[in-house]
Amino acid sequence: MENMIKNETRRDFLKVSGSVAGGLALGFYMPGRHNVAVAAEATSSPNAWVKIGQDNTITIMVARSEMGQDVYTSMPILVAEELEVDLSKVKVEFAPPAEVYINALLGGQLTGGSTSVRDAWEKLRKAGASARMMLVTAAANEWNVDASQCKASNGMITGPGGKKVTYGHVAAKAAAVEVPKDVPLKPSSQFKVIGNAKQKRLDTEAKVKGQAQFGIDTRVPGMLYAAVAMAPMIGGKVASFDDSRAKAMPGVKAVVQYSRGVAVVADSYWQAKKAKDLLQIQWDGGPNAGNDSKSIWDGIRTASEQPGAVFREHGNVEAGMGQAAKKVEAAYQLPFLSHSPMEPMNTTADVRADKAIIITPTQFQQLIPHVVGGATGLKPEQVEVHTTFLGGGFGRRVEVDYAIDAAEISKAVGAPVKMVWSREDDMTHDSYRPASLMKLSAGLDASGKPVAIRFHSTSPSISARLFPSIVKDGIDPFAVEGIDNYPYDTPNMKLTYQMHDAGVTPGYWRGVSHNLNAVALECFIDELANAAGKDPIQYRIDMLDMGSTKHQWSGLSAGVPVGARMKRALEEVRAKSGWGKKLPEGHGMGVAVMEGYNTVIAMVAQVSVSADYDVTVEKVTAVVDAGTLIHPDQALAQMQGTINFGQSACMWGEITIKNGGVEQTNFDMYRVARMNEAPKVLDIHFIKSDSTPGGLGEPGTAVIQPAIGNAIFAASGKRCRTLPFSPENIKGSA
Amino acid sequence: MKISFNVNGKSTSVDVAPDTPLLWVLRDTLGMTGTKFGCGKALCGACTVHLNGQAVRSCQTAIGSVSGQKVTTIEGLGGNHKVQKAWIALDVPQCGYCQPGQMMSASALLASNKNPSDEDIDAFMSGNICRCGTYPRIRAAIKQAAKMA
Ligand code: FES
Ligand code: FES
Repeated sequence: MENMIKNETRRDFLKVSGSVAGGLALGFYMPGRHNVAVAAEATSSPNAWVKIGQDNTITIMVARSEMGQDVYTSMPILVAEELEVDLSKVKVEFAPPAEVYINALLGGQLTGGSTSVRDAWEKLRKAGASARMMLVTAAANEWNVDASQCKASNGMITGPGGKKVTYGHVAAKAAAVEVPKDVPLKPSSQFKVIGNAKQKRLDTEAKVKGQAQFGIDTRVPGMLYAAVAMAPMIGGKVASFDDSRAKAMPGVKAVVQYSRGVAVVADSYWQAKKAKDLLQIQWDGGPNAGNDSKSIWDGIRTASEQPGAVFREHGNVEAGMGQAAKKVEAAYQLPFLSHSPMEPMNTTADVRADKAIIITPTQFQQLIPHVVGGATGLKPEQVEVHTTFLGGGFGRRVEVDYAIDAAEISKAVGAPVKMVWSREDDMTHDSYRPASLMKLSAGLDASGKPVAIRFHSTSPSISARLFPSIVKDGIDPFAVEGIDNYPYDTPNMKLTYQMHDAGVTPGYWRGVSHNLNAVALECFIDELANAAGKDPIQYRIDMLDMGSTKHQWSGLSAGVPVGARMKRALEEVRAKSGWGKKLPEGHGMGVAVMEGYNTVIAMVAQVSVSADYDVTVEKVTAVVDAGTLIHPDQALAQMQGTINFGQSACMWGEITIKNGGVEQTNFDMYRVARMNEAPKVLDIHFIKSDSTPGGLGEPGTAVIQPAIGNAIFAASGKRCRTLPFSPENIKGSA
Repeated sequence: MKISFNVNGKSTSVDVAPDTPLLWVLRDTLGMTGTKFGCGKALCGACTVHLNGQAVRSCQTAIGSVSGQKVTTIEGLGGNHKVQKAWIALDVPQCGYCQPGQMMSASALLASNKNPSDEDIDAFMSGNICRCGTYPRIRAAIKQAAKMA
């Protein structure tokens, strides 16, 4: 994972082709890494983005996990645009783990960070174009004409004198053609597939007919089912257990202890689950057994007294504060959150003496051979991984814990096992969006403009747990997103981060630390506008950073200030939302703006707040600048989805701890938005652009939260700084 | 215990404990995995099927109580049901996991209410969670399906 967050991985790939099943396979490899081995491998394995069979089947490999965000369609679009094939006629397959499929923005074959399309943008178009050029050359050679006299379109190559062949016909010969060095790509004005507003998703029909295979739907011959009991305390272990009653239950094949629990393996899931409920287990609570939410927050507050690591500083913040006409201070407190995708964690594992097959809904297939190998004594190359459709991911499935568990259980019983977690297992054994305490202060000059800003956050570090090599000098790049790229022009500033292990497993959660930092910042900016007596939109516009100084830590962001894009988005959202119009009593509008993943979003939420401080989100208006849209309708779907996800988080989301374990076990205690709670109107606009694409799977999740918080203030006069925005928290705030 | 019932127009009999939820009989015993498990507590609607035409949560429906009854699952909706057509037309699913349950609820709603208002849709559909946030499209698709003959 050494390449993680390094934005500037070289784009010049080594190109290798090889013949696969008599056709053409084309892969793009990063330079300097086992080139020979990889080239040899390409002839025998499907390590490629495009496969063209002699029977004219065109297969596009999707090397990212489809968890709703549309990679199953948006990535093939990129290939098809240059390959000149009809997307409705191509086959799509999920790719196995292989070096060729590494995401250069993340340094692993990993789906996350809203990077799939950003990473693929050139790579997959080049793959399509190279394959097309090789096919054309093969046809031209066959006809003894110059390639420039031939044209590829719709899966056919035409040549002079009405000559015509299918791609499949020349696929074998094309495999022998030298891979082109210069691969010109179409200008955006010639795009036919990219940006097509009518393009449908390729996976909809299977999903509508109940045929899409999710991990939990896996069935293999001889498969048994496992239900598990895991320690209720985070990090707890089995001390001892009595399985006599469980073993006596019908259908039970075995009861096995594995690293973090006890599994009952039976002929069906229900038999396994009923027997599991009869296990008597003594737990060793482990180091966190005494934790509860109060002690955790006390710990975070105490840690926040530490100076923290400086991740951005200029001017002299103390001097700036000293000269200020007015000072504003606030502390924002955001809780732990669960991912809770609709498909609970599960994996089907078949571990044998010399081989393991793992079928799993994962965001991180590349890691699985290594961890399963480690857990079972097999070599990574003996572990075969199949990625299924994912019933939601949201970052939870970057973790590989459940694949390891299933492998251990399968190994212990010597049979293929499908391990399925209950919702309770899933919610109490998640990795949680870290809680964070963010202390902000600002000094305003006489006109109300901030001349000094101080930001200090204290929060568990996800990367310190998962990818310690990317944590430098006490700074986790995934803890400072959404604030490292502070978008305003403030002469004196100091931004610091204090890492603190709270005894609750922290995990990457859709939008990661944007959901902490940008939420606190954009609420705080609203406080400043209010203190200055200024309109919150104009206030922001007037102080945008129009400079070009690079941010050090924003690995997945634009990396430089995007003042002009923000200004435009804010102006448009002001016009489109009806900002400033008279609203009924108890209604209010709030604004927020953010750049994340090189996407700029300005959002206005309109809410109503009842006398009991119940909040209803009436309308959300968003203006989005995400560069080129590959699949416009699904870009819209991602905005709809992220707004929903962020709304759930900020209005109800809270994981609390008691006796070292998570208190919430199911959707009755962990409330998420339902149909009747979704905003009545979602008005989403994309700014037309032909710039490189920005990410869309995450940023909306963060922006909606301060927009709602600020709207609550506008509607009720209550500035709620403790999330979620529950009636109790709103009522208790100033 | 042998229990006979009708699934998607076919008489079927299974030999399972009568307290086994219909959900697991469909998924494990009969291999019909279109019906999904989300919460096991009647909280999410992922497991929704029709029992004699009514939407029920199959995770809370013991197979013993289904004896002699008619069950319809997503596989039995036929693929050409107006709800499925509308779902396809509007590309409703994202991850898709909740969608069989959503469509079984929506089709039960439309069977009893030909032209549901927003309030009717809210009341009927709020038992079905979608974490991907497809609610705006579900609402639009139900309205579109209502307009189909
Ligand atoms: S699984 Fe039945 S309602 Fe959730
Ligand atoms: S589409 Fe993913 S949960 Fe509804």
